[in-house]
Amino acid sequence: MQWEPVIGLEVHLQLATHSKIFSGSPTTFGAEPNTQASAVDLAMPGMLPVLNEQAVSFAVRFGLGIGAVIGKRSVFDRKNYFYPDLPKGYQISQFEAPIVGRGSFEILLEDGSSRIVGITRAHLEEDAGKSLHEDFHGQSGIDLNRAGTPLLEIVSEPEIHSAAEAVAYLKALHSLVTYLGISDGNMAEGSMRCDVNISLRPVGSGILGTRAEIKNVNSFRFVEKAIRHEIERQSEILDDGGEVVQETRLYDAERDETRPMRSKEVANDYRYFPEPDLLPVVIDDAYIQAIRDALPELPGDKRQRFTEQYSLSKYDANVLADSRALADYYEAVVAECGDAKIAANWVQVELLGQLNRDERTIGNCPVSATDLGALISRILDKSISGKIAKQVFEAMWQGEGSADGIIAARGLQQVSDSGALETIVDEVLAASAAQVQQYLDADDAKRKKLVGFFVGQVMKLSKGQANPQMVNELLAKKLV
Amino acid sequence: MSIEQNEIAKIAELARIRIAGEQIGQVTERIAEILQMVEQLQAVNTDNIEPMANPLDATQKLRPDIVTEENRRDAFQAIAPAVENGLYLVPKVIE
Repeated sequence: MQWEPVIGLEVHLQLATHSKIFSGSPTTFGAEPNTQASAVDLAMPGMLPVLNEQAVSFAVRFGLGIGAVIGKRSVFDRKNYFYPDLPKGYQISQFEAPIVGRGSFEILLEDGSSRIVGITRAHLEEDAGKSLHEDFHGQSGIDLNRAGTPLLEIVSEPEIHSAAEAVAYLKALHSLVTYLGISDGNMAEGSMRCDVNISLRPVGSGILGTRAEIKNVNSFRFVEKAIRHEIERQSEILDDGGEVVQETRLYDAERDETRPMRSKEVANDYRYFPEPDLLPVVIDDAYIQAIRDALPELPGDKRQRFTEQYSLSKYDANVLADSRALADYYEAVVAECGDAKIAANWVQVELLGQLNRDERTIGNCPVSATDLGALISRILDKSISGKIAKQVFEAMWQGEGSADGIIAARGLQQVSDSGALETIVDEVLAASAAQVQQYLDADDAKRKKLVGFFVGQVMKLSKGQANPQMVNELLAKKLV
Repeated sequence: MSIEQNEIAKIAELARIRIAGEQIGQVTERIAEILQMVEQLQAVNTDNIEPMANPLDATQKLRPDIVTEENRRDAFQAIAPAVENGLYLVPKVIE
């Protein structure tokens, strides 16, 4: 039978606050174990949580970014389970009354099309610490630095139907939250962690099948692999007439398989109840409006504007608006050189190409947008050819200075002096008598091809610095 | 509302409370009595009444996002039963 996967994603997003959600401890990544765990984070007796305003503000910003209903009165609840990296014995989360209600946003699929995916809700909660199970004489080591880091749990509607769509959703979400500036989106440091709910149903059926949940998948690639594997596993069970068991599974990246979580890792009865240590959070219209007024341009709007303002293709706009940093860089290049189309080509081909090769991001790009814009200006004013510009760019990348400096130092200025060019053209024609004769004997169609030979020779002799347009004009004049 | 012994055993396990086998009947009876008392409240009509999250008629104060805590690991770990390399050591939690 043909099965249709139905996938819902729960993303735990670390919010980019300086301090924790309920205490004044720092949230810096990578600190020495337990140096960022205060008495509140350690659940010392009598300690009380105090809510971080920035975490609330970031959550509201996200809600406005997906056009969601904002919970003007939201309530924190206790989610009860025992695990040593959760010292209180409960996680403070939101259950009945989350801060962000239903919303939606646009995701871009691989074929360049887009679609809208619904968000069921998003709520604030605290992160747990980390358990290290290496050999501490048969014991586990606990680091509570991460305990209390603010998380926004973003729950999608079950509207995703393939591994590729799930990845597209995560990429769009990553783009959105980094545009909003509410998270650094650093996957390697666990800033975006994902649980996947997945079930299969016969194609065309409106009824949901029994789902399995895959916990804690930490990269786009693993999400894709875990989902592919799980679809295969479930369809094999269903094809054999079996039933999928509702359970929590872990993705094992090394073996590329999912396996059931051990019973001790599964807490299936959280006994939520309202957190008595926190009062309801009430936010008013003025608070929401102030956040709305400060919203940056969002990815979808920026893509739209790029196609209109700069006449870019949809594809180019999608690439350039992928991250806010890249989009800002591109616009700074355009502002400097004034040609949106050439700027788009240079940013996408040369710049992104070099960044990829060097495994860098736009954030630590060695060539500034103004410098790249200045280089493109030299192509536009015909000081250098596009080919020479690539050499100059290479030198700029190596830190040899600005475009103008490199052009001057290396003597790369395009030769547009007609006298000097004429000498070179004459030299080439004198050395290529046979080709000149061949050209003169040929018809118009063939001549067009043959002229390329002479242009090539002139370019070679001028070390690529001859103005191609002038060379063509000179050749047309002389080859008669 | 009545409650069965196996439910009490399950709740006790979730709450990590050890109840000796011979006591579980007695505990179940007592909790059932409490539930009976609470059951009287079910008679009250609560249609259109929003659940109360907190008895105080007040709303949450928010604090600015400023780091105010210093590293006091040494003081906290001085009273911990076992530490190593800055980590708190606990009985192994995975099989």
